[in-house]
Amino acid sequence: MKYLTEFRDGEIAQRIATEIRQVTTQPWAIMEVCGGQTHSIMRNGIDQLLPPEIELIHGPGCPVCVTPLEVIDKALAIAATPGVIFCSFGDMLRVPGSDRDLFRVKSEGGDVRVVYSPLDAVSLARQHPNRQVVFFGIGFETTAPANAMAVHVAKREKLRNFSMLVSHVLVPPAIDAIMRSPVNRVQAFLAAGHVCSVMGFWQYPMLASTHQVPIVITGFEPLDVLEGIRRTIAQLERGQHTVENAYARVVTFDGNRPAQELLEQVFTVSDRAWRGIGIIPNSGWRLSEAYRDHDAEYRFDVTGIHTQESALCRSGDVLQGTIKPTSCSAFGAQCTPRTPLGATMVSSEGACAAYFNYGRTVQLQRAGSAR
Amino acid sequence: MSTIAEQQPVVTSMEEWSCPLPLRDYPSIVMGHGGGGQLSAELVTHLFRPAFAPGDTSALTDSTVLMLPGQRIACTTDTFVVQPLEFPGGTIGSLAVHGTVNDLAMSGARPLVLTAGFILEEGLPMAQLARIVHDMARAAREAGVRIVCGDTKVVERGHGDGVYINTSGIGVLDDDVHIAPDRATVGDVVLVSGSIGDHGMAIMSQREGLEFETAIISDSAPLNGLVEALRTAVPDVHVLRDPTRGGVATSLNEIAADAGVGIMLEEQALPIRPAVRAACELLGLDPLFVANEGKLLAIVPADAANTALSSLRSHPLGTDAAIIGEVVTDHPGMLVARTGLGARRVITMPIGEQLPRIC
Repeated sequence: MKYLTEFRDGEIAQRIATEIRQVTTQPWAIMEVCGGQTHSIMRNGIDQLLPPEIELIHGPGCPVCVTPLEVIDKALAIAATPGVIFCSFGDMLRVPGSDRDLFRVKSEGGDVRVVYSPLDAVSLARQHPNRQVVFFGIGFETTAPANAMAVHVAKREKLRNFSMLVSHVLVPPAIDAIMRSPVNRVQAFLAAGHVCSVMGFWQYPMLASTHQVPIVITGFEPLDVLEGIRRTIAQLERGQHTVENAYARVVTFDGNRPAQELLEQVFTVSDRAWRGIGIIPNSGWRLSEAYRDHDAEYRFDVTGIHTQESALCRSGDVLQGTIKPTSCSAFGAQCTPRTPLGATMVSSEGACAAYFNYGRTVQLQRAGSAR
Repeated sequence: MSTIAEQQPVVTSMEEWSCPLPLRDYPSIVMGHGGGGQLSAELVTHLFRPAFAPGDTSALTDSTVLMLPGQRIACTTDTFVVQPLEFPGGTIGSLAVHGTVNDLAMSGARPLVLTAGFILEEGLPMAQLARIVHDMARAAREAGVRIVCGDTKVVERGHGDGVYINTSGIGVLDDDVHIAPDRATVGDVVLVSGSIGDHGMAIMSQREGLEFETAIISDSAPLNGLVEALRTAVPDVHVLRDPTRGGVATSLNEIAADAGVGIMLEEQALPIRPAVRAACELLGLDPLFVANEGKLLAIVPADAANTALSSLRSHPLGTDAAIIGEVVTDHPGMLVARTGLGARRVITMPIGEQLPRIC
């Protein structure tokens, strides 16, 4: 496949890895921000090509992982409301709330549907004028433009039966919060290429100079990730801390301006809770006043739902790289991929799930004997 | 409910079928078609019997009596609820034949007869049922099995998905056949009979309205002929498995666990069609976990690997066969893949079905 195969070449990967090994003289901890990058690292075994000095800390960039329990509980309450068609991206369906997940709501009679685009949910609202259609609008800056467009179109067409439960999070404030943490170990960032394709990287030079931290905009294919790591290590070894774009075939400094304008119009920056981390100031988006009619939180009056994260779960420490998953007392006991307590066990590429699956400390129960 | 006596199959094609008179009064299924009265009988007489046992006019009885050769009998059952009912490369009818025939073939049995149970939803168009039934009959003829008895029930509109089909099957095994997952032995070689993920992605792209430059067609096919060709060339096949739901990764995980061995997969060696790969990339799915309905995994002794490969490749259903891995002493019970970068990754069983990823 064009634009994919050439970025998966095993020989070139080995060459870049060799170069990385040659320039690495001391231990470095790098955070890849995006869940997509973590997925690529796990799936291709990129970490195994790196010298032992380089530690990859899997960042909080998986939208499934960081969506707070409280928002999931709100989603479950809305989805269980009679007459509602609740639309979501597929992988949110299995994320557990306090006592169940969206699959369970569906089995109990809720109309929960997987869509591939929020605009599909808008079409459903057009087709079912007598039903409330709600889209679960989560994710980073990457998924935001399509979500903003969906709300924008609904307002323009006066589709009063369409609303969105919004839990958007932003990357730059998260990087800032990680760097300000007193226990931070991260020395450099691979910034999320897709986020930057929308937002550009004009926000990053300030972060890099404030925290004296190298930031390399990085893509998702094996060669992209390796090249991002190579450039990051080169900066670290030279004592530099600049912003570099290693994903220039997709990302420009300015990003997608029309998308940014739409985002500014539809969303307002707000404080956001991140699952396992807590509230980070100005780290998310909510619908702006002009679009409040399409805000599912108000339409369904779920603003009163408040949920505490599990006190046992130490995913925040794992996300910041201060403990390994196996150091958590709940790991493999109260917390497994089937019964996750926190962000990092929820998603298959979360650090805890990866450790669990790799170590197989607890044998997964085989489901039945029928094939 | 009804039985159909032994009869040599006669070739009829779906195109030749036109709705016979009594059925023409009912352009769609009504509750009475499952009521056991005249309407039920008309469905059997004018649709099921002409399709499954053309020319057979013997009386319908409560059960069919079979004469089977040999002592070792294999039996299996499977239920089919696929949506859409008709998809590129097949229908729920042919799928119901292939699924059960293949389950029998994977134990080394020669499939002989099938039963067919239909649950029809009130309102199902008669013409669509006829297409499905005739596709089912065609599939049975091609697989060399007879559909010898059946049953029909009708559920109220909204209580079914058009058609559900259950098929049970019986096959016979030679005395010297010992094919079982726990026979996977360190040093054995793992083969797949062709490209993976075709069925699952054909269904999904049809369901989601995705279009690609080349259409993805289900690989739904009967594998008994392919197994016979393989076993003629390599009599001591250790393990056979058709990687249906859960795909190749799930099947190999099960075998590794059952045999207490490790399986090492070469990701680069997996045959995957470009359109399937592209669709999987787009939806964030892993082809290793996508369903197949016309592919088999074979585990054979290392010294028979090349013979096995060429016997598969010389059969029309195995032209893209490949050696994809080996059975190893390391990591017992686990499936590990060598990635395109030469690194290794553990491939675990999915908890439920694969979900499209947000990012």
